[in-house]
This record gives sequence, structure tokens and C-alpha cells, in this order.
Amino acid sequence: MATAYADEHKPPFFQRWFYSTNHKDIGTLYLAFAIFAGVFGGFLSVMMRWELAEPGIQIFQGFAQMVYGLDGDAAIDGGKQMYNAFTTAHALIMIFFMVMPALIGGFANWMVPIMIGAPDMAFPRMNNISFWLLPPALILLLISMFVPGPAGGYGFGGGWTIYPPLSGIDANPGPAMDLAILALHIAGASSILGAINFITTIFNMRAPGMTLFKMPLFAWSVLITAFLLLLSLPVLAGAITMLLTDRNFGTTFFVPEGGGDPILFQHLFWFFGHPEVYILILPGFGIISHIVATFSRKPVFGYMGMALAMVAIGAVGFIVWAHHMYTVGLSLDTQRYFVFATMVIAVPTGVKIFSWIATMWGGSVEFRTPMLWAIGFIFLFTIGGVTGVQLANAGLDRAFHDTYYVVAHFHYVLSMGAVFAIFAAWYYWFPKMTGYMYNSFLAKTHFWMTFVGVNILFFPQHFLGLQGMPRRYVDYPDAFAGWNYVSSIGSYLSALAVLVFLYTIYEAFAKKRIAGDNPWGEGATTLEWQLSSPPPFHQWETLPKIK
Amino acid sequence: MKSIMSIFAGLITLLASSVATFAAQPTPWGIWHQEAGSDMMAQIIWFDAYTFWFITPITIFVTILLAWVMIRYNKKANPVPTKTTHNTTIEVVWTVVPIIVLIAIAIPSFQLLEDQLAPEEEPTLTVKAIGQTWYWDYEYQDESEISFSANMLTDEDRGEYGKEDKAQYPRLLVVDNELVVPVGEMIRVLVTADPNGVIHNWAMPAFGVKMDAIPGRLNETWFKANKEGLYYGQCSELCGINHAFMPIGVRVVSREQFEAWQQNVAEGDLDTANQQLMAAIEAEKNIKLAQSQNEQ
Repeated sequence: MATAYADEHKPPFFQRWFYSTNHKDIGTLYLAFAIFAGVFGGFLSVMMRWELAEPGIQIFQGFAQMVYGLDGDAAIDGGKQMYNAFTTAHALIMIFFMVMPALIGGFANWMVPIMIGAPDMAFPRMNNISFWLLPPALILLLISMFVPGPAGGYGFGGGWTIYPPLSGIDANPGPAMDLAILALHIAGASSILGAINFITTIFNMRAPGMTLFKMPLFAWSVLITAFLLLLSLPVLAGAITMLLTDRNFGTTFFVPEGGGDPILFQHLFWFFGHPEVYILILPGFGIISHIVATFSRKPVFGYMGMALAMVAIGAVGFIVWAHHMYTVGLSLDTQRYFVFATMVIAVPTGVKIFSWIATMWGGSVEFRTPMLWAIGFIFLFTIGGVTGVQLANAGLDRAFHDTYYVVAHFHYVLSMGAVFAIFAAWYYWFPKMTGYMYNSFLAKTHFWMTFVGVNILFFPQHFLGLQGMPRRYVDYPDAFAGWNYVSSIGSYLSALAVLVFLYTIYEAFAKKRIAGDNPWGEGATTLEWQLSSPPPFHQWETLPKIK
Repeated sequence: MKSIMSIFAGLITLLASSVATFAAQPTPWGIWHQEAGSDMMAQIIWFDAYTFWFITPITIFVTILLAWVMIRYNKKANPVPTKTTHNTTIEVVWTVVPIIVLIAIAIPSFQLLEDQLAPEEEPTLTVKAIGQTWYWDYEYQDESEISFSANMLTDEDRGEYGKEDKAQYPRLLVVDNELVVPVGEMIRVLVTADPNGVIHNWAMPAFGVKMDAIPGRLNETWFKANKEGLYYGQCSELCGINHAFMPIGVRVVSREQFEAWQQNVAEGDLDTANQQLMAAIEAEKNIKLAQSQNEQ
């Protein structure tokens, strides 16, 4: 293979990776970035679970001493603030710098052009800036953790929802919040540019014969995700700009004494925030469809229903935002509407779950590593989905709002939904992207450790939530100690699984087992499997013909 | 195995605690809601159990389907896959059946919501809860005009208030001054926060109450406790470094005890009135205990 593409003019190292305009190289950069950010975000969460393993403040007091040089009572307060800063950074990093770069910048960048028979993205240089905006955004967020936030503390500890007045100038006078806002602005700009690129590419660069309804479901999921990004991120940008001017230029958009309203921010934030959570999961839906079909050796069941279900989820996702705000004092009719609209989403989601099972039904199912992750996804996403149906009910959410029940719910759909989809995609496309086959035993060990770990980690959090344990607590009444300890054990196990994951990558590159063009057999029908592994630097010099 | 035993132990403790002085708080290894302290919370728990009877069978059903396709349609059992990609009937079924399930959930859900937000009864007492960084201020909106702050008590300070008993006054839940209200009466709570402060949330799991305390806004909620005792909740909106350290304590007492307490606050000071109230509750408990022993 190497000789066949010897004349493809790969640029020298620096030009290739820093000035890159090649969608596959940029995709690789995104994936490397996501792995780095994911490991760091995971480290933050393990530190939080370590702290929460028993009642009292044990760990963060010491961290505050070590990192900020605080002593005595100042160290205790500094530790409390640091814990809050960790929860905030964990969420922001996992959302903006791990899941989104992995699914959209990484896998979608790599595979969507190949799948639709395009030689590259529509705007290769814009693709480059999309990626290169991310490292400065992450660096700003990291710096934010080490500069003054509230009086006597460092970093911003108001959660990823950055609600004012806590994110305002009185409660957080230091520059930590401003740096976080700038980080979000830059990450948001990066995503908007990416979204424009995907929409243009998918609408204009499909190979002859590739109509929208012949397009693979992953491309569909990315198209819908791109629209969600394009429509929701500007609203976040507006909200955080107003927050920035409230903080620095004396405006009072969200300040009651100036006629502003803190709840306005929550409406704007969740108008972005709810589509955002679908942005995190929709590409995963596409990936799972491909993997389930490939390893069942059967085409996806109900293709049209699957595509339209994603369109429906994306559209309805824009009109359910206030179900995050049932306790702010919304009127009865408003709450009724948001209960109704939210419950509607269960229908297309159910269609997807059942269609995946129907794809396997009558198939010839092979339990290769990606398929294990995909089946794990379907099972765990179902659990997260049904607790979501409960939480949709405002009357019941009165008990669950801001408790660990919510934490358990969204980690079942994201930490086990989106992240399982990312690992499924990783093990599915790794041979295609690198040309090497990983060690299946290691990869399956990674799966089982993660599967067991995250369930021990998150299932007991349902119990904590039912008992009323509020989220974002550095310390809790002693009665909550039991399940918190179990949860922390699960966290350590999941962290060990990450080490297995990293070793699996190392092992694959060290052993250099040649994967072949299509290691998955006849079930893998999308266009990427017709190319060499790794694909040529520029693919589809002759456009593929779609029947 | 050990944890399963502990769950049973937890359940037994839960039952036992309702016999002794009632205190609504989390129990070790608890896996369900705290015991309801009001009819509204009982209704919420009923509704949660009701949804549970839908979501658990659905999850089990999906699990069985997954297990079935993994056993029946794996490569060994079914080497030649079918090419089926459509079945209109089944697609209609799995769209319509979830809609029916959602309607079945929605009907009691809307009823519950209406009962929460549009209660028919008029309140007999209105109190205002003001979220501060990081404690609660309470103001009685009646002629007594009692107002005080409620701070969490550290282990060093609890002795001063006669609250050494950690079963009744748990760490991180114990406060110096509880909100005192009469049992069985409609209590309206106006919830707000310091106009220059941040958002907090006045939450009481046993009453099914959770209401944001927002600067510049006045929210309204209510509860009607059906048992005398001590009730605990915690701030439920992230509000800064001491978010975990501004608990909510409510002491529900009889109408007579409540009036005596208000009288005592008016005549003397809050601390003395609280001590007198605690002594009265203790005395009443001892009388009841003696009576039950005599009956035996």
C-alpha cells in the first residue's frame, strides 16, 4: 500500500500537523486532543470521588495547601472552593473538550467526507482554524483554575451552568470567571465554524447518486448535530457576552437591582444547554447504528424511521429547555407545557432503541469489541432514558431536582451513552484510521472494566438522590456515607480501565498488526471500508458511484 | 452480600425511627425516598412508585430482547442473516405503545403538578425564608413578627444549644434555630434571597418542597406537615463555598406548643423560648412513654 500512495505529497511534519487542511489529519488532531482532555477531566472526577468516599473534608484541604499555598481555615475554605472548581471544570472539559471534539471534530471529520464520497471537507482551511481554536480555549479554562475567583479562593466554582449572580462580579470578583467565559466563547466559535463546514460539505459534496436518503446514518446524525450547534451556540454566546458586560462594564442584564433578571440567563443558557446535550448524544446514535448493522451482518432496520427520529429529537430538543428550571417558580401552565413537550422526546428515542434491537433480530451477531460497546450503550442508555422520563414530570422533579438522581441520570446517558459510543467508534474505526489492529483481549478487558466500573459508580447515585442528597456537595450528612463509598470504588475501577485503554493504544502501535482494508467482513458496507487502511492521503480522486 | 444485609438493616432502622421521636432525615444505605412528612410528599412517592411500575418492566423488556438477540441470533446460532429492514406493523406498534405509556404517566403527573401549584386550602401561617450566604433568615408574617437567622451548628457549638444527640441533630443538618410551625396546618413559605446575594434553594425532602430563593424575586410554596417532629433539608442550588453547610431545619409542634413558643419569644428571647419548647417536647415524650408502660 505504501508504494501505491508514495506520490501523494504528504507535507513535512510541521506543515502536515500545524498547517493541516486534510480532514483526516485534523480528525486525528481532534482525537488526540479529546484523549488528553478526557484523561484530565477524568482525573478531576476521580479526585472528587476520592473526596466523597467518606464524610468530612479530607483531600481538598490538602490540595488547596499544595496548589494555592493556603493554611489553616483558609485551606479549608480554599478546598471547598477548589472542589466546586473541579466539578465545574470536569463538566466543561468533558462536554466542550472531550465529547464534542471526539465525536464531531474527530470521528465526523474523519469519516463523514469518506462516507458521502467527498475528497475532503468543503472548507479545509476553516477546518484547520476550528481545531486550532480549541487548544487556546482549553488553556484559558485551565488558567482559570489557578487565578482568583471568589474572595479568598481560586478558580470558578459555579458549575458548568454559570448561573448569575454567582458568576457575577460580587460573588466572583476575580478574573477566573472572565477567563472561563472567554474559553467558552472560543470553543463555541470553533464549534460554529465546524458546524458550517459539515452542513456545507454534506449538502454539496455528496458523490453522484448519494441522495440524502441514501446517506449513511452517521452522516445524518452529524448533519442534524451541526444544525443544533449552529442554532444554539449563538444563544450561549449572547448570554455569556451579556454576563461579561455585567461583570466588567456595568450593564445589568442579569442584576435585579438594575432591573435585570437572573432567570433570564437561565432561559438563555438552557435554550443552548438542552440542544447541547443532544449534540453530545446524536453522533453517538449514528455510530451505534453503523456498528450494530455491521456486526449483525444486516442493514439497519427502519432506516427512514431512524433518520426522522433523529430529526424529531433535534427539533423537539429546542422547545423543552425549561424542564431544567422546574424549581425557579414557573407558572403552572408553563410547567405543564414543558412536562408535555419533554415527554414527547421519549417516543423517537424509543423508536431508535427498538430499531437497533430489530437490526440485530434475525442477524448473525458477532461480539467483536465495537459491538460489545454498542450493546452496552443500548442497555445503559435505556436506563438513563427511563429515569429521564421520570424527571420530565415536574411534580416528581420537585423531589429529584438538584439531587444525585439527576447526576445518575445524566451520567447514564452521557458517561455511559456518549462515552460508550465514543469507545465503540474508536474500536470500530481504529483499524481503518491507523491501519493497525489492536489486541482484542485488551480492548474487551477495557470494556468489561468500564462497564462494571461505571455501573458501580453511578447506579448507587440513584439511591443517594432518592434519599435527598443534593449535588455539588463537598461534604454530606453521615447517613449518605455508604452509597458514596460504593460509588467511589466504581470510580477507581473506571479510572483503571482508562489505563487499560491507553495501554491498548500503545500496544497496537508497538505491535503493528496489519488490519487490512476491511477487518469486519461483509456487514461493513459504508464507503470507508472500500478504501485502504489507513485511507490514502486524498481519497476519491475518482468519485465513487452510488447505486 | 454485606451491603445487601446493610440495606435490610437500613430499612429496619427506618421503621424503628418512626416509632421513636420522628425526625425526617436520610438513613444509612437508604434506597428509596425519606419517609413522607406531608400528604403532598406521600403523593409524590406514590407517583414515583407508579412510574417505577412502567420504567422497570420497560428496562427488563429491553434487557430480555437484548439477551434474546444475543442468544438466538449470534453467529453460531444463526449463521445466515435475514435481510429484513422493514416491518410497518412493528414500527407503528413501537411508536404507539410508548405514546399510550406516556399518557398513562401524564394523567397522574398533571394532577400531582396541579395539587402542588394550585392548592385549594388557605394558609394559616406565612413565613418568609431568605437565603443568605450561607445561612437562612426566617420572618414570621403574622402579628408576632418573629424573625431570626438559622446557622448550621458545628460539633463544637452544638452543646451550647443542648443538641448533642446526633441521632436527632445530625452533623451538617443541625441548626441553631429551627423554623417552628404548627402541625396539620397549611404553612405558606415565601422564598427569596438577599438582593445582593446569589440564588439558593429552600428544600425539604420530607414535605416534597423545593423552591429557588432568587435575588429580586419572591417565590411561593407551601407545606402541611402531618406529624410532629424535626425535619431536615439542605440548600439545593449551588451558592458558593458553603453550599453544603446551610441546612434547613423545621420543627413541627402542636398548636398549643407553637402558641406557647411564640408567647415565649415575645416575652423573652428566642434562645430561651427554644429551650423551653425542647423541654416541653421532651416532657411530653416522657409522659407518653410512662403511659404506654403503665398500659402494659
